[in-house]
Amino acid sequence: MAESHGEAKGGEAKGTASAHTEADGGHGFPPFSKETFPSQIVSLVIAFVALYVIVSRVALPKVGAVIDARQKAIDGDLAEAQRLKDESEAAMKAYETELATARARAQAIGAETRDKLAASSDAERKALEDSLAAKLAAAEKSIATTRATAMSNVRGIAADAASAIVQQLTGKAPAAKTVEAAVDASLKGTA
Amino acid sequence: MIDPIHQFHLNKIFTIGHIGNQEIAFTNSSAYMLLAVVLIAVMMMAAGRALVPGRFQSMVELSYEFVANTIRTSAGSHGMTFFPLVFSLFMFIFVSNIVGIIPYTFTVSSHIIVTFALALLVFLTVIIYGFYKNGLKFFKLFVPSGIPAVILPLVVVIEIISFFSRPISHSVRLFANMLAGHVTLKVFASFVTMLGALGFVGKVGALLPLGLTVALTGLELMVAFLQAYVFTILTCIYLNDAIHPGH
Repeated sequence: MAESHGEAKGGEAKGTASAHTEADGGHGFPPFSKETFPSQIVSLVIAFVALYVIVSRVALPKVGAVIDARQKAIDGDLAEAQRLKDESEAAMKAYETELATARARAQAIGAETRDKLAASSDAERKALEDSLAAKLAAAEKSIATTRATAMSNVRGIAADAASAIVQQLTGKAPAAKTVEAAVDASLKGTA
Repeated sequence: MIDPIHQFHLNKIFTIGHIGNQEIAFTNSSAYMLLAVVLIAVMMMAAGRALVPGRFQSMVELSYEFVANTIRTSAGSHGMTFFPLVFSLFMFIFVSNIVGIIPYTFTVSSHIIVTFALALLVFLTVIIYGFYKNGLKFFKLFVPSGIPAVILPLVVVIEIISFFSRPISHSVRLFANMLAGHVTLKVFASFVTMLGALGFVGKVGALLPLGLTVALTGLELMVAFLQAYVFTILTCIYLNDAIHPGH
């Protein structure tokens, strides 16, 4: 582009060869005074090329790098925050499952203990009941034997008493066999 | 009456050399061009590299992002090839315009030759890059699709005329805005001094143009930015034609 300006300038330069760029006042409107154009174009080309070089080589890469670095830092921080959040969520989940299994195990242990205790108390009660039942049976047996003994004693006493009564009444002792038979018959009737 | 045109005069500071018989002078305009370049360079260099930017760094990064977004929205991501050019154009025009608002300064962009040279730079960039990138397909720019064959020749002629009038409208818009703004400012400001010289009543009367001058300065600040932005966005739109001809 600089070349094209240069050519244009060259063309105009011939037309206004003797013109000067200073404001020699009064001749025309300054923005339209052609004799100042070459100087302005040269200045503009120098200034703008310098500006373009500074901007494209140094200024924009520098500012762009700062902005990129910031964007990267923000993205990195966001990713890090997301990672930490995921981590804490995973930890929370692990804690919850741990808690659930612990609770389940506690319940299992409780149930087991309860069952065991119930079983042992059942067994104890059974043993106690058995022993009580045995004692009861023994007692009943002893009562029965005592009663049987007592009954057999009653028979002997009754026979003795009968033979004594008969002796008192008749003056003569009855035959033991007869008395015993009579007592048995009597006991059978009453029993 | 203070001459409102005086501020546009070029004053030779020294002679750089000669091209043919034409004297090439270093003028006040040259000084302000270099001042703009130095201001931009210093601003861009002095900006820190902090992760959390301060005010100054924010301003620099804002200008970077602003121009980058302007290119991306109007010329697509491929337009970022021209980021240094568009950024240089925007910053150069914007800083020159802003500096020009300060009293007693010279406004580089108030000279048609400067704005025309910049517009021509864009125009030639569009043509050269358009042919380099698209070859003869670049001519599709002048043949809009979906136009009935009957009126197509007319449309093509209109497209060609509008294409070649681009550098003129592109440059005159910026030049005329800056010129008119500065003339208006100068005229109103000169009313203040003229009325102020007429005694007490004149001093009271001078308050009105003074207020207007202040208001116009605010308006000119906006125009300074707006015209730089308009020049930049038109540059992006023209570059978009070079990148994607055939609309």
